[in-house]
Amino acid sequence: MDSVKETLSSPIFKNNPIALQILGICSALAVTSSLQVTLVMCVALTFVCAFSNLGVSLIRDYIPGSIRIIVQMVIIASLVIVVDEFLKAYAYGISKQLSVFVGLIITNCIVMGRAEAFAMKNPPLPSFIDGIGNGLGYSLVLIFVAVIRELLGAGKLLGVEILPLVTDGGWYVPNGLMLLPPSAFFLIGLFIWGLRSFRKEQVEEPEFKMAKHTVVREGV
Amino acid sequence: MSSNDTIGKTMIVAFSLCLVCSVIVSTAAVVLKPKQEINKDIDKKRNILAAAGMWKEGASVEEQFAKITTRIVDLRTGRFTDAVSAKDYDQRRAAKDPAESDPLDAEQDVAKISRLEHYAAVYLVENSSGDIEKIILPIRGYGLWSTLYGFIALESDANTVAGLGFYEHGETPGLGGEVDNPQWKASWPGKKVYRQGDVAIALIKGTVNPSDVDAPYEIDGLAGATLTARGVTNLVQFWLGENGFEPFLNNLTSGEA
Repeated sequence: MDSVKETLSSPIFKNNPIALQILGICSALAVTSSLQVTLVMCVALTFVCAFSNLGVSLIRDYIPGSIRIIVQMVIIASLVIVVDEFLKAYAYGISKQLSVFVGLIITNCIVMGRAEAFAMKNPPLPSFIDGIGNGLGYSLVLIFVAVIRELLGAGKLLGVEILPLVTDGGWYVPNGLMLLPPSAFFLIGLFIWGLRSFRKEQVEEPEFKMAKHTVVREGV
Repeated sequence: MSSNDTIGKTMIVAFSLCLVCSVIVSTAAVVLKPKQEINKDIDKKRNILAAAGMWKEGASVEEQFAKITTRIVDLRTGRFTDAVSAKDYDQRRAAKDPAESDPLDAEQDVAKISRLEHYAAVYLVENSSGDIEKIILPIRGYGLWSTLYGFIALESDANTVAGLGFYEHGETPGLGGEVDNPQWKASWPGKKVYRQGDVAIALIKGTVNPSDVDAPYEIDGLAGATLTARGVTNLVQFWLGENGFEPFLNNLTSGEA
């Protein structure tokens, strides 16, 4: 039972797919300008990640090595289309806002990464839980970024006004940068910095050492 | 594991996987289709209401749309027609069908839509005594990357803009995509379309100077989106021009539609 808990919780802080493995950054930039859209994206990704892991794991003993990536892609792509169809039927407004990004879950490195790295070698149940865990790890970072971006960029959370804007007679001047994709980079950077200050073991070995400043001397 | 790598096994796995996945995907698509169609329909009605400035958040779309009458206009004659059913008419499909549309030559085709359908659905807002309060017309045309689909609403004088909105386009978010910006859309109501019988309304570069004599015919341009702005000007001028709804609007105001 401990291993189940471990599989579920380790991707959240210990081995976070965005913060440690730096995967899935593209959608983290694109869909985090409003919290509502982010939440739907998180649920969609967790669903796809969990079930693609389950699917890949179920047939892992039958997948020929030569076409294994294609097999994984077919499973992932089918699940993404199903999710997309569901969103169009039950959350039309949000599916319009998410537009291509639901489709782009197919290319999300987290889903493929987990299918290839974990589900190909582990039984169905742990793989399924690993998918949920990684989905939650992704969600944690996305929600962190989305809360800050929507609050500081639009003065709202889930569309409810928190900081009254100057344009509506309040006092808060919105930070337009927060609504632009680069701000997500800064926030993810800060998140990683914070996380690695607490968990020093995540700090990577520097790849090269900085040389000391050399003193400039006049030609002899 | 090595036995998995034979050609036969590979083919079997690939084939059966494709079969299973395609069944799952097509089931989802077929089962959810009716629900999606309803959503699309509601979304379109909401956009019609929004273009007319009548959309209220929270209330039911169907209820709000009940005030609007859909009529079919024959674009060739500029009069109402009952040739097709207003309820089932699919204007976008008709525009592609050679039997229901005519090709436009390059000179006429300023909106770059290449074919013009014979019939167009228009939406009329009537008050309790049956007088027309607003006329909502479908418009479309090419911007920078994509065809923009939307509606323009006119007041009962068929000259003053009551609102404009696009419900589908693929312009660059943040630049051409600013056609969805509520503040920019709010600059349309009150503008005039025709000056001495010619379509004069246009997007300009920069901001409109309110003291300018042309100000009633000018809309602020979109910063960083010159080509989208030009596309919007073209499509509005086309649809309100002589090949578009101008004959119909003239008939309507003279009571001959």
